[in-house]
Amino acid sequence: MNQCEEQGEIVRQEQLAPEIFRLTLKAPQIASNARPGQFVMVQTTPCYDPLLRRPLSIHQTIGNEQVQLLYKVAGKGTRILAALPPGQKLNLTGPLGHGFDLAGKQAICLVGGGMGIAPLYFLAREILRATTPPKCIVLLGARTTSELGSLPRDFMDIGATETHIATDDGSLGHHGFVAELLPQHLGPGHQWTVCTCGPHPMMKGVVSQCRAQGWECQVSLETMMACGISACLGCAIPRADLSGPYLHVCKDGPVFKAEEVAWL
Amino acid sequence: MIEANLRVTIGDLVFKNPVLTASGTFGYAKEFAPYVNLHHLGGVVVKGISLEPRRGNPPPRIVETAGGMLNAIGLENVGLDRFITEKMDYLRGIGTRVIVNILGDSLEEYQELGQRLSEVEGISALEVNISCPNVKKGGVAFGTDPTMAEAVTRAVCAHTSLPVIVKLSPNVNDIAQIARGVEAGGAQAVSLINTLLGMAIDVKSRRPRLANIVGGLSGPAIKPIALRMVWQVAQAVKIPVIGIGGITTTEDALEFLLAGATAIEVGTANFVNPRASQEIVEGLARYVTENRLDGISEVIGGLILP
Repeated sequence: MNQCEEQGEIVRQEQLAPEIFRLTLKAPQIASNARPGQFVMVQTTPCYDPLLRRPLSIHQTIGNEQVQLLYKVAGKGTRILAALPPGQKLNLTGPLGHGFDLAGKQAICLVGGGMGIAPLYFLAREILRATTPPKCIVLLGARTTSELGSLPRDFMDIGATETHIATDDGSLGHHGFVAELLPQHLGPGHQWTVCTCGPHPMMKGVVSQCRAQGWECQVSLETMMACGISACLGCAIPRADLSGPYLHVCKDGPVFKAEEVAWL
Repeated sequence: MIEANLRVTIGDLVFKNPVLTASGTFGYAKEFAPYVNLHHLGGVVVKGISLEPRRGNPPPRIVETAGGMLNAIGLENVGLDRFITEKMDYLRGIGTRVIVNILGDSLEEYQELGQRLSEVEGISALEVNISCPNVKKGGVAFGTDPTMAEAVTRAVCAHTSLPVIVKLSPNVNDIAQIARGVEAGGAQAVSLINTLLGMAIDVKSRRPRLANIVGGLSGPAIKPIALRMVWQVAQAVKIPVIGIGGITTTEDALEFLLAGATAIEVGTANFVNPRASQEIVEGLARYVTENRLDGISEVIGGLILP
């Protein structure tokens, strides 16, 4: 258990698109322990309004020193976060939860939608760092091209085998949903492992294709969460068979095997 | 430097300080070990336990509100057997008092919980959650009727050798009357308040934000109500009162002590700041030292009225 509380210091706050920000924090304890797919709980203000920390997945770590978060302004907490300048201290807890497990996989496809792309970059870097990296196809989806910013380039720069884009409005790449890209890019002859993170309907589409094709699928889920450390039990989700005790996203996840959870 | 004297006494139990953690906000303590020196705390009240495991309510279970949160977890817990076999070993080693919160749907369930936990080593006291509906009496909560509150207290006390603390619901007309019933039933202490019933609606979908429709409000938003109730109950009963409700800072804790609480429980603040409980212990120590008090017990009930 390497989780801790740490005062992160803001190094950079970059606005990538009208509502999308990339926050780089100096937080060596968390940076040196984090694994792709894990998250941090960020206290956006010490003034208790909003009261709760915000769960944000780790976009990447830089040299065991820095933690980078990619987030979209969605409410009060993230709006406060977006206004914080470099030098400001921010209380973090983490790294939390279980990340992706890709040991020994030879053909990997990462499917990200919107802010769900955030943890996949950390994962791609980890995969491509190997001396003989496995095949790694990246499929990115967004509502429109401006929401993607430099992300497609970022994945290409670190050596992803292929990077393909889909936008809802057709402003970049395939005009449609990112899940629709799977059949044309995941060829036969490989036992694919698909890792996905994004809006629920998108992941549901990815999961159903993986099931049909017999591909292994790992999903990173998001829920309301108060504590992030399995004390509040607020982040319950039903198991695949809809019976037995609920799973908890903060502790059992946020990354699950697709077949463990119910796709309602 | 002489270490500040933070000791308080509840019944026959001496606590090293008055700071406990509230049930359902601190897991089974292990979850907070990366953040808190557990042995620095006055005690830990663990997640409520029922005879059988409970699945809890479907999601969504929580929603944030102004200065607080609503929850409808639905008393999810591992059940008595697994609690004893899986959680107690760790709890016995944390170096502070362990109080087990219990809940049931009938008098018999409360009795059995009380009896079986008496046989378990390492438990200092029971905290009885009487906010559950009495299944046999048409679902009315034990905690909303003084006669039923007295009956459940009496039933637990008769079947356990452990000190009994009864946790009161604020969703009643006269909480002092319930407290008197609990005192008459033989409780060594009362703790209050549990969460206040509340609700939130998503105006876009026109649906309740909680699957359970209603839930319990907690956090700083409820502190003034909790403080008022603690003050009222402290005057109504002779047994010690444990204050709960939105306590987030040392100053909050001191307010409850001044209002008459002998100890306090830190709840939702644990989610916001996992170190909150320990920071309050440290803050109380500073307060005692700076004000040259013999001990924190001098503060208890020290409210000066106009």
